[in-house]
Amino acid sequence: MGSHGIKDRVAIVGMGCTRFAEHWDKGLDDLLLEATGDAFSDAGVHKDDVDAYWLGTAQGGMSGMLLSKPLQLEGKPVSRVENMCATGSDALRQAAYAVASGAYDLAMAVGVEKVKDSGYQGLNAFPVPNDGTGRTLTAAAMFSMVLPAYAARYGVDAQELKAVLARIASKNHYNGARNPRAQFRREMSVEQILAMPDVAGGLSVFDCAGVADGAAAAIVCRAEDAHRYTDTPLYVKALSFVAGNGSGLTDPAYDYTTFPEIVACARDAYAQAGITNPRTELAMAEVHDCFTPTELVLMEDLGFCERGTAWQEIQAGAFDLAGDLPVNPDGGLKSFGHPVGASGLRMMFEAWLQLRNQAPADRQIATTTDRHLALTHNLGGYPGEMVSFVSILGTELDG
Amino acid sequence: MATRGIVGAAAYLPHRRLDRTTMAAVSGGGGSRGTRTVAGYDEDTTTMGVEAARAALRPLGDVRPQALWFSTVAPAYADKTNATALHAALRLPASAGAFDANGSVRSAIGALRAALAADGPQVVVSADLRTGLPGGPDEAIFGDGAAALVIADSDTAPVLAEVIGWGCATEEFLDRWRTPGEDCSRTWEERFGETRYLPLGVAAWEAALADAEQAAEQIDHIIITGTSSRANAALAKKLAVGDRRIDDLGATVGNTGAAHPALLLTAALEVATPGQVIALIVLADGADVMLVRTADALAAWVPSRPLADQVSAGGAIAYGTYLRWRGLLPVEPPRRPEPARPSASAAARSADWKFGFVGSSREGGPVHLPPQPGDDGVVPMADASGTIVTFTVDRLAYSPSPPVVFAVVDFDGGGRLPVELTDVDIDQVRIGGRVEPTFRKLFTADGVHNYFWKARMT
Repeated sequence: MGSHGIKDRVAIVGMGCTRFAEHWDKGLDDLLLEATGDAFSDAGVHKDDVDAYWLGTAQGGMSGMLLSKPLQLEGKPVSRVENMCATGSDALRQAAYAVASGAYDLAMAVGVEKVKDSGYQGLNAFPVPNDGTGRTLTAAAMFSMVLPAYAARYGVDAQELKAVLARIASKNHYNGARNPRAQFRREMSVEQILAMPDVAGGLSVFDCAGVADGAAAAIVCRAEDAHRYTDTPLYVKALSFVAGNGSGLTDPAYDYTTFPEIVACARDAYAQAGITNPRTELAMAEVHDCFTPTELVLMEDLGFCERGTAWQEIQAGAFDLAGDLPVNPDGGLKSFGHPVGASGLRMMFEAWLQLRNQAPADRQIATTTDRHLALTHNLGGYPGEMVSFVSILGTELDG
Repeated sequence: MATRGIVGAAAYLPHRRLDRTTMAAVSGGGGSRGTRTVAGYDEDTTTMGVEAARAALRPLGDVRPQALWFSTVAPAYADKTNATALHAALRLPASAGAFDANGSVRSAIGALRAALAADGPQVVVSADLRTGLPGGPDEAIFGDGAAALVIADSDTAPVLAEVIGWGCATEEFLDRWRTPGEDCSRTWEERFGETRYLPLGVAAWEAALADAEQAAEQIDHIIITGTSSRANAALAKKLAVGDRRIDDLGATVGNTGAAHPALLLTAALEVATPGQVIALIVLADGADVMLVRTADALAAWVPSRPLADQVSAGGAIAYGTYLRWRGLLPVEPPRRPEPARPSASAAARSADWKFGFVGSSREGGPVHLPPQPGDDGVVPMADASGTIVTFTVDRLAYSPSPPVVFAVVDFDGGGRLPVELTDVDIDQVRIGGRVEPTFRKLFTADGVHNYFWKARMT
């Protein structure tokens, strides 16, 4: 019994990622064709060369035929994956395990979401018949409960904490302004963000991720085959997943200043990858900044800084593009919006660009000169009940 | 020999109070002085009835009613029995009946009479949500509320008041009426009703006095209520009730229709002393008079939510909000998907949680809300109080009346639930604030009322 991981046994050899936007003129099929087509080209393979597919979508539809029909796949296995906001990441996790097992030589993970056809703003879950007693709060309101809890636990002034959150949003918009694939490409100052009215607890719309359509894809193979497809593969160092049991909602000991599922998930990922100090070993991290207080707590839960210090580290610029450990160098969910099934693979796409020094010059991070690892992280759900995914990707094989 | 009578009584007034002087400026007429009660957007006659019945039964401990009667002129459902939702919320056993006696103001006194004539403990609940068209007299004189009376024999629980006489006079005539589906009732010329009700009231009054072998002067407290304010006033004058009349709460609550007889009887029991006689006179399509004599046990009776306290409590509501809640002022709906109707079969499986607010535990361990599969312990939570751990105000979530105020609540004795707050002004909410569960209607979808519990500040 144990979580052993598949360190250095699987490599990503090609990726594609659409622009994330309100794609009024593109449907699910168009987005899938664009992302997969770019990934095929990147790896120099044809759809028939790929032995098996994993399609991540939270609400795009049912079954693997969502992919096999637009791509006109012939006799290929396609699994449809759903794991809330970690859907795209979990699709890659399953494709990676499939090639590591030897069952397939070449596999693709693709994530997609067509959110903007609903007629409503925001993300709206499809209704499952139920007894009518479930919570009807928005995710924004659930995550807003972190604010007073964090402020109280660490003695941070409420206004100071608001400024910290605005700093997170401003940083991610700064990065997104330098990314042609991002939905929002305008810098936002801390002052501009602080001037917005609250919509959920102490959160304004600028504390919330946007909503966009998009797709992203990755092709994986066994590490020893990687150089058949590219000179610069990304090796999978760790893939970790935790599905919480919801106990935070009912446990009076839970205090809304941490996400225990993330802590457990990160611990497993670091063990798989052999990382002892993520702050100094990682070149970058893409984290699930669905709301600004989420990113605040993640800096501590992922071990990037000590408990109760993230707010100071953020103010000091530690996680800026030019900081000690750049976080969300692509602009994050804040700039990209959140096509649920695609976001996890979009994060890996940024690692794909940055670690291989292919990001545009005005966004390329400097930490890659002496560090070769990136972390990507998704969560789905709410404080007290969430799923968590962490990957560690790297450009070099150990030993 | 055991006597039979009233062993419990309670009224429920909704939190909101509408200042009648604010009406005319908007509607161009109507209004008057004082206030009326207004049910929350998340309340209907069923939820208000639940609150009244809980309060009436709470001091009675082990008394388990064998039947529940429910009367209202504003039922949440037709065809389907409404009393069964009350039955479920009160966690009565399946062997206890639950019956509606609905549609008219007079149905409430009929249900009370039936319960008194039956065997075993009975709970008689009446609730009303009274609406008039803007600018008219009804919207001002009406009020919303509920009341519950528990009837039993003295060997089951101490009788607070014993029935000593009845009088009845029935006549068919048209004074106040409403066709099903209409929000507001219509009235004939008031003088006509007054002239019909006056002799009926006198006849029933004299019959009740004769039945109880009492002289009119021996009656200590007199309640006069009914569908015609003018007739009520005329009868009070005719019977020379003077200061023996129990305040009809017209200045503060308004006339709560089918609920008003039991509501005022509760008020009378709260002020009466042992050995007094109370007359309840109801003028509704005839006249019914009930005479009760209070017993020694009344001296020791401690109402769980005294009506007098509720009358003086409450928070203001703007006339525009009242009109919106009643559907009299159509407004733009929230730009969010409307919730789907709850599943009948899923709701049936979790009825004890959804209606009874019952959690679970395993081997005396932590309380789980909602109940967790595999637990063997049943933990009723409806009467538990709790403390706000943290809270938020959600201006994005769908609600019939945004914003949603939501709190994480730790209950005394264990159990945590993230739960919506109601009857609350945002500036009152604070970490550490005390709350209690209250039975509400979360929303209505496809004609299905989604009942569940919220929490209110105490």
